[in-house]
Amino acid sequence: MIRTCGLSKSFGAKRVLDSVDLSVATGESLCVIGQSGTGKSVLLKCILGLERPDAGQVLWNGQPLDRARFMARFGMLFQGAALFDSLSVWQNVAFRLRQRMDDRRARAIALDKLARVGLASDIADLMPAQLSGGMAKRVGLARAIADDPAVIFFDEPTTGLDPIRARAIDALIRGIVTETGATAITITHDMASCRIIGDRVALLADGRIAHDGPVADMDRAPALAGFLGIPSAGAGDHAR
Amino acid sequence: MTPIRAIGRPALRATRTIGAVALFAMRGLSGFGTPRMILRQVMQIGWLSLPVVGLTALFTGAALALQIHSGGERFQAGDVVPAIVAIGMVRELGPVLGGLMVAARVASSIAAEIGTMRVTEQIDALVTLSTDPVRWLVTPRLWAAILCMPVLVATGDIIGIMGGWLVGTTSLGFNSASYIANSWAYLEPWDVTSGLIKGAVFGLVVALSGCWFGMRSGRGAAGVGRATTNAVVAAAVGILAANFALTGLFFE
Repeated sequence: MIRTCGLSKSFGAKRVLDSVDLSVATGESLCVIGQSGTGKSVLLKCILGLERPDAGQVLWNGQPLDRARFMARFGMLFQGAALFDSLSVWQNVAFRLRQRMDDRRARAIALDKLARVGLASDIADLMPAQLSGGMAKRVGLARAIADDPAVIFFDEPTTGLDPIRARAIDALIRGIVTETGATAITITHDMASCRIIGDRVALLADGRIAHDGPVADMDRAPALAGFLGIPSAGAGDHAR
Repeated sequence: MTPIRAIGRPALRATRTIGAVALFAMRGLSGFGTPRMILRQVMQIGWLSLPVVGLTALFTGAALALQIHSGGERFQAGDVVPAIVAIGMVRELGPVLGGLMVAARVASSIAAEIGTMRVTEQIDALVTLSTDPVRWLVTPRLWAAILCMPVLVATGDIIGIMGGWLVGTTSLGFNSASYIANSWAYLEPWDVTSGLIKGAVFGLVVALSGCWFGMRSGRGAAGVGRATTNAVVAAAVGILAANFALTGLFFE
């Protein structure tokens, strides 16, 4: 289980996270939603240790998170995929694997993961600049799952994709999370994604958790109705 | 209190920055990187800088020969052209101009590359893949620049002296054999060695500026552009300041 306790972060006078308490059970898929600029990505970066919180801590299975050990157990899909420009597709996917095994084995695993995300092996030697946005996202996903992580983070996985490709990525993520039993934390403002990927949804507003509940109850939650911009809860599916 | 504060604040800020850069450099130099990573940077920093360093040295050596000849003629010392060109190139102009040309080409490209990686979250991705960005990005560049610059300086020295010889023998009436003999006659090993040491220090200054500003690049194209400009300016000023300090240290 991952748990944040009183996580706070400010940039100058702007308080982005205000004592955020959130927990994700092992094997659970949590979606964190919120309007742009409400600190969703900052929350994710604080959990990952990419940003240092001003206050609060992150616990993993009840213990303060040891980042050196934790980093080896999780995968991350970045908003823009964040593939390394100077490495080929398979080298990107096998980046961590190559630190502890020879290139032949690492490449074989990378090709397997590329197949898992629906990419043919003939793109393995292409460079990231030669990929479309959707393909780059899939390669990023393959890199996130390359080392069979226990926890996977997804930062806006469908941003910049058309609805058809976005739903395909959602389905892929859901399939991988279910199949591997990994814990998943997804940052998104795409409600359709949330319905497919998440077991639970948390709304971040004004730096605090304004709602936390099952995805199945999303349409009946007043706080989410406000976020969706609908006059009252249960007024229908207003995704996207 | 106000004037003291006005001086104190920038002084403290400057001290903090110098300390942070020193720690950054020490972290970068504490490893070495894989041979493949170093070789890639050697190609980028060293091999691809050869044409610009060579051309700069050629024209500088040629212009220096013309200047010394015309100036020396005023007091019947036109014969010193070969020796002065050689000493001037090897001690001063080879390292400094080579360093400035590499600063323009390499500090900007390092800052732009690393800055773009920061903006596109590739540096965050390195951290999440259990890789220290300093070891991965900074270390190979620092060592490659330190190793390449003395070679570039030595090449520039030879080409610069050749530029002087070309002008001396074609326009100034020098005999080819005596020009070469005079170039060597007054050159001491320390003249060459000090220039090469300067080159290594300038290499460090150039790569460090590029890496430092690249790693601290702001968001977007404007942020990367600012980082690139700052890296080139800092590298150029750093080279001239280091040159003054090293010249004082070596020759006073």
